Amino acid sequence: MTLSLLVRQLPTALAKLDPRHMWRNPVMFVVLVGSVLTTVLAVADPDGFTVAIAAWLWLTVLFGNLAEAVAEGRGKAQAASLRAARKDTVARRLERDGSVTEVPGTDLVVGDRVVVEAGEVIPGDGDVVEGIASVDESAITGESAPVIREAGGDRSAVTGGTTVLSDRIVVKITAAPGSTFLDTMIALVEGTSRRKTPNENALTILLSSLTIVFLLAVATLAPMADYAGAPQRTVVLVALLVCLIPTTIGALLSAIGIAGMDRLVRVNVLAMSGRAVEAAGDVGTLLLDKTGTITYGNRRATSFVAQAGVDPELLRDTARLSSLADPTPEGRSIVELALEQGAPDVPLPAGAEIVAFSATTRMSGLDLADGTVVRKGAASAVLAWLDRTSLPPSVESAVAHISADGGTPLVVAVRRPGEAGQILGVVHLKDVVKPGMAERFAELRRMGIRTVMVTGDNAITAKAIAAEAGVDDVLAEATPEEKMAFIRQEQAGGRLVAMTGDGTNDAPALAAADVGVAMSSGTSAAKEAGNMVDLDSDPTKLIDIVEIGKQLLITRGALTTFSVANDVAKYFAIIPAMLVAAYPSLEALDVMRLHSPESAILSAVIFNALVIVALIPLSLRGVAYRVATAAGLLRRNLLVYGLGGLVVPFVGIKLVDLLLSSLFGSAL
Amino acid sequence: MSDAVAGVLSLLALVGLLALAYRPLGDFIAGTLESPRHSRLERPLYRLAGVNPDAAQSTRSYALAVVGFSVVSLALLFLLLVLQSFLPYARGQAGMPWDMALNTAVSFVTNTNWQSYAGESTLGWTAQAAGLAVQNFVSAAVGISVAVALIRGFTRNRTDQLGNFWVDLVRVTLRVLLPIAFVGAVLLVVAGTVQSFSSDQVVDTLTGGQQTITTGPAASQEAIKELGTNGGGFYNANSAHPFENPNGFSNLLEIFLILLIPVALTRTLGTMLGNRRQGYAVLGAMTALIVTSLAITTWAEVGAHGQAAQAAGAAMEGKETRFGEWASALFATATTGTSTGAVNSAHDSFTPAGGGAVLVNMMLGEVSPGGVGAGIYGILVMAILAVFVAGLMVGRTPELLGKKIRSTEMRYVALYTLTTPALVLVGVGIAIALPSTADAMGNPGGHGFTEVVYAFTSAANNNGSAFGGITVTSTFFQLMLAGAMLLGRFVPILFVLALAGSLARQGKVPATTGTLPTHTPLFAGLLVGVILVMTGLTYFPALALGPIAEALA
Repeated sequence: MTLSLLVRQLPTALAKLDPRHMWRNPVMFVVLVGSVLTTVLAVADPDGFTVAIAAWLWLTVLFGNLAEAVAEGRGKAQAASLRAARKDTVARRLERDGSVTEVPGTDLVVGDRVVVEAGEVIPGDGDVVEGIASVDESAITGESAPVIREAGGDRSAVTGGTTVLSDRIVVKITAAPGSTFLDTMIALVEGTSRRKTPNENALTILLSSLTIVFLLAVATLAPMADYAGAPQRTVVLVALLVCLIPTTIGALLSAIGIAGMDRLVRVNVLAMSGRAVEAAGDVGTLLLDKTGTITYGNRRATSFVAQAGVDPELLRDTARLSSLADPTPEGRSIVELALEQGAPDVPLPAGAEIVAFSATTRMSGLDLADGTVVRKGAASAVLAWLDRTSLPPSVESAVAHISADGGTPLVVAVRRPGEAGQILGVVHLKDVVKPGMAERFAELRRMGIRTVMVTGDNAITAKAIAAEAGVDDVLAEATPEEKMAFIRQEQAGGRLVAMTGDGTNDAPALAAADVGVAMSSGTSAAKEAGNMVDLDSDPTKLIDIVEIGKQLLITRGALTTFSVANDVAKYFAIIPAMLVAAYPSLEALDVMRLHSPESAILSAVIFNALVIVALIPLSLRGVAYRVATAAGLLRRNLLVYGLGGLVVPFVGIKLVDLLLSSLFGSAL
Repeated sequence: MSDAVAGVLSLLALVGLLALAYRPLGDFIAGTLESPRHSRLERPLYRLAGVNPDAAQSTRSYALAVVGFSVVSLALLFLLLVLQSFLPYARGQAGMPWDMALNTAVSFVTNTNWQSYAGESTLGWTAQAAGLAVQNFVSAAVGISVAVALIRGFTRNRTDQLGNFWVDLVRVTLRVLLPIAFVGAVLLVVAGTVQSFSSDQVVDTLTGGQQTITTGPAASQEAIKELGTNGGGFYNANSAHPFENPNGFSNLLEIFLILLIPVALTRTLGTMLGNRRQGYAVLGAMTALIVTSLAITTWAEVGAHGQAAQAAGAAMEGKETRFGEWASALFATATTGTSTGAVNSAHDSFTPAGGGAVLVNMMLGEVSPGGVGAGIYGILVMAILAVFVAGLMVGRTPELLGKKIRSTEMRYVALYTLTTPALVLVGVGIAIALPSTADAMGNPGGHGFTEVVYAFTSAANNNGSAFGGITVTSTFFQLMLAGAMLLGRFVPILFVLALAGSLARQGKVPATTGTLPTHTPLFAGLLVGVILVMTGLTYFPALALGPIAEALA
């Protein structure tokens, strides 16, 4: 954050001085009233001290508004670029009789069908009902690689404002103009639809009650000081009040919330409400889809097991050869593994005939020009091809072993012309867990979050992968109903559940989950059901979302603690300054040895205002979150923000006082 | 034996006795209140009152029962005091003036036991035994019932039922308070506390004058006065009077009785929660507060700070020679730390630091360890406050003992924590602005100011001890303080019950490693910090103008 950014937001901050806006923040509203009051006093009786206090109180209010304006400003920039995508489009509406009429995109209603062809912008949100096309969604996701959208299935949703790159599709409009996904996004990043979250409301109650306590303490101090023979000027009482009420957190509270949403936007996640972000911090159970989240989603070759007596290099090279023309991810992974293990990178021999996998043969391979036939496939299929009834013992045990581990054994055999076929060995294919997942799950466990892997696989395969990935629980052969029942069961136990989903059949579960992240690539039903949308469609992001939620709450708590702890030093600055005239003994409380009573009070007020500006970057960035147990986090944050909050203002006020006394020494 | 050795030994004896009673008493109270069985003595009582003891009460009806019972108690006690001249054993005492009667009735029904009257010269025995002593029992039982209702708010899930107030009230009175008070009274009689219904003795003094010596049923009232953290003395001089508290043994016994239930209730808390360590953490926080306060008061009083004390060689002004500084400091700390308000010395005459420390004990909100029941619900509310801020710092929305602290809960907590400071500050602010208040003060300047602050702090926190010095018999003070006592008792109670209801309606959130543990020394330390900071921020200006200015002079 630069100074120029602050200056640029100054007009917005000034506009926020509107009492109707300020009223929503009780703490800062009190400061506003104090500013007006001291200004009146300064006008009625203009002495330097009163004018200075009034000026700094106005600055305090302004700095608070500035924090909010800067936080919102980041979203506004993004909203502007989104608006550019929402340019007026001409829609080609498909009428009942099959004719096409051109209408403005804004005239579309839900249920209309429109034709979009290559190079055209999709006029509104909808589902593809006919055709297939590649679509450039960079206007929304920032991702330039085109995506495929086709009728039927879970990849049918298209978003208004995106561009069709190839082919022709018919889109059935599902959202009225003005309430499209793009409109929602703009409103969200701009923060126009922002409401206070439940925890913000609870915190506001606490801050308001603290404000009332201090209001009472300061108001009753007036007659008490009168009795003591040290009558107080109103301007001093107002200054004391403003210093005591929790202005730091009061000024930064909404900025923290906006910045939290903004941090999500930066990882390309849109939260439909602040409530969802808060819930993310509380999540107790993460439902993670196996495919694409925990594993790469494709089975990969991980080892070659040669039959006893067969040269392992022969198996390796033959397996590679058989897969050279195999376009499937499994086939490619065999080639990669073979190369990794030192197989020579020779090209496909000339004249080789490719035999693709078919459901009847359940094998694939090559017929070479010299008559040699290479095959790989399921054990039973290879046995049938070789006319044999049993596998060699060493292969048999390897196959059994791999199956029990949840992997897929692929038997490789070769038959040279005039020879009997020979089984060379087995390729071990398995679902490979993405690197680093086990560590992340261990971190989540330390954070008190249970990870549950959801998969359509059978229980054996699922368990094996779960054990490797280190998740806490598995939901195998999961149907949408079972997923739903599982969520309900977790919630009944008091745990908040987060999940991702993209399909229409995920929608009920997404709606039931406390944090339901819909993939942007998913159906519109899924996107409507979830309370977040991941524009990158990356299910791993759930973990980032949880961390951002936690960070938001920690920042709020840390700054509240800091704000309240600051009061101790302010009392030590102001109380002796106010009352030393009545009781000279109170000078002993002036531990900072401030220049004069006036400079003491002014220094506290100035520090109070400046600390808001100083903490704007922290409130926008968020307190650094490190994975640790709750007790560990508390100890660390209490030390930094609690103890720091006690000590910092003593130093800060003293520094301001030194500066003031060196500048205006005699006048103060 | 030197004073210091005696002081330390009696402190050790006290700690030992409390430790012995801690488990059995705490568990007994928990068992008593959760047992489904009614005793043969209790059933007829319920039938007589037309109460179904097996019906669970909702939050609303529990609260209505507490308020209804207290309003009726208030009316009955007021009538008893005003009309006491028509009652037997009136000793010829006239009815109390209405403002004093109102103040006294409020005072005893709210478990404050502030006394703007002198017992021996104002009250007959019926008023003492059938009025004040009865309220000593039942007002204590009300406090414990409310605390138990709040604990049930934490232990129960998805229900609006907090138990049955009448059952709680009857069981605490009959099964807990009565037996212990009986044993305590017998021990006090053994120690020399008077217990008789004989009429005043008029004796000739050595100097040839005549003196009226009032005896009466003192021991029976004394035991429950301490046990129920009531504090209203049979005599005006309270526990400084030799007929109430004749010697070192009775003094130690009284301090033991004062601390017994408030301390044991932390065990009850742990047992009811099924989380004993939580009880220890709460006790730890309470202990840290009271031990610090005791150390300051003892240091101030024994060290004889201040010119007069140094000239005399000891700060003995206002203290009984049979107790000395150590036992006076210990009694003063126990009585202000528990909202008892009995005194065995004049707090007004304490050194500024010592007097300030006992004043702060009350300002903490009576949580160290606080009044019977009130201490538990008071510190649980503060724990919610601590958990609210600290809980956020572990990256979750706050929860305590498996219950989420949401806006609803925070609203009740905020209102609870606002009530007493508002009563104290506004009360002092109004009183100090009135010219007549200066005349009521026993001292000028900062010390007189402290007398006013002490009076309102004592009333609003339902402590009832008097700093002394100040004259509070004017209608203004009678009504202001009665208002402070009444609002300071029942407004927080209503918020606590509302809080309990809202907690009970929630489900339970299971604890994980991501949950802030609240049974650790770290959390106990945080709790102490929050209590100190909240108290400090609220009262620092008032303290600066009173005890701090005096102590630094």
